[in-house]
Amino acid sequence: MSTGDETLLEELLSGKHRALARTISKIENRSPGYRDLVSELYAHTGDADVIGITGSPGAGKSTLVDKLAETYRERGETVGIIAIDPSSPFTGGAVLGDRIRMASTVGDMDVFVRSMSARGTLGGLSTATADAVKAMDAFGKDKIIIETVGAGQNEIDIVRTADTVAVLVPPGSGDDIQTLKAGILEIADVFVVNKADRDGADRTVQELREMIALDDGGGLGGGHHGPDASTHHGGDDGSPEGESERDSAWTVPIVETVATTGDGVEALVDELAGHRTYLVESGERASRSRKRHAEEIRTLLREDVHTMLEAQLERSGGVDELADDVRRGETDPYTIANELLSPVERCLERLETERPTRN
Amino acid sequence: MTTTQGEIRCLVAKVGLDGHDRGAHVIARAFRDAGFEVIYSGLHKAPEEIVQAAVQEDVDVLGISILSGAHDTLVPKVMNGLEEYDAKDDTLVLVGGVIPEEDREGLKDEGVAAIFGPGTSIEETVEYVRENAPER
Repeated sequence: MSTGDETLLEELLSGKHRALARTISKIENRSPGYRDLVSELYAHTGDADVIGITGSPGAGKSTLVDKLAETYRERGETVGIIAIDPSSPFTGGAVLGDRIRMASTVGDMDVFVRSMSARGTLGGLSTATADAVKAMDAFGKDKIIIETVGAGQNEIDIVRTADTVAVLVPPGSGDDIQTLKAGILEIADVFVVNKADRDGADRTVQELREMIALDDGGGLGGGHHGPDASTHHGGDDGSPEGESERDSAWTVPIVETVATTGDGVEALVDELAGHRTYLVESGERASRSRKRHAEEIRTLLREDVHTMLEAQLERSGGVDELADDVRRGETDPYTIANELLSPVERCLERLETERPTRN
Repeated sequence: MTTTQGEIRCLVAKVGLDGHDRGAHVIARAFRDAGFEVIYSGLHKAPEEIVQAAVQEDVDVLGISILSGAHDTLVPKVMNGLEEYDAKDDTLVLVGGVIPEEDREGLKDEGVAAIFGPGTSIEETVEYVRENAPER
């Protein structure tokens, strides 16, 4: 690690805000040396509770996050917030506006708000988010909140970085719940019906309740539980090992909130804490973090191999040249891929005989 | 690493009590269309709030829009705050709005890099940011 990065790490660990901000920038930009920095951060992480908040645009995420942060601060806990906004796929530019709604805690540096844009990088944002969470964790934040629009696979990957995921459902979603349930509703550990003072809130709560009841019966989610998941009694017999992703011992609670006034926020904080207790006691926290780290390792490897292969492509005359060969009918993509990969395969075969040992 | 064009982060801030944010909106949009990442502060922000946002977001550029005439008290507060968090040297601070000629020198002494008054073209501002955004 360069001396500059060593100073940065030291300053971050000693609580200098500027250093945390700069570290996150390095992570976002993938500046040289950021990997060493993040890998040094790992030793100092693991204490923070990571909460994901997702929901459709206009559901009230930013306002709710603001009130959550305020409540945590009143309880004497420090808060980090990562607010993710989409960026324009055309210019890469973005207007990140979540900060406007986070007004309850302004002037309080112990609430660290960081806006991130998707920057059009495939899969990259979830890695960057996870690393930014590590930085905030190492900095010493007690609660870290990730806020993102629940619009697709990319967002779901981001929110999986969290230990506990709250999904916001605005009232009057009505039939939408039917279409939602196949997507982001499955990742919910807690449902929040925000704007609960509006018409249709009761009905939305009712619909969610029915859906959760179905889920507990193993009906929803298809292959989620598998054919042998006949846990109709809904008891807490869930053994931590070998369970399906949604442990049947946790029944997803529904919290009604009015984020603009703060109604129901205390209840939400309690449910989030309840889920954390459940995670720890059931052993689910360990199994989730194992899964998450496995995914991190895979993603890193995929990116690294990708970079190596791009270099290899360059050496063999560039992808355009090869593509032209395919166009002229001289070869095909499969043959080219095989040719490019064969040296890699030979290397791996050689490694088979001399198994790598971890240092 | 040198800051490449797509990675310029800006905070567009409205500080003080005036409620005229058309200019700030226009600039925020223009910056976005230029490929910058823009964080917009919203109206009526106190200098401390602007400092907090600029530090936490680690912006390269801070554009302050003031139309109230209170620039000679508000801007120094922002600059001092940035200095307190060790962020003054590598943040390009711009001021937009109605700033009388005789006040400009004072603001520049405070550390403001450029002042864009009424009639400045958007292209000029974007170009200035591209050329002067700090390399990190």
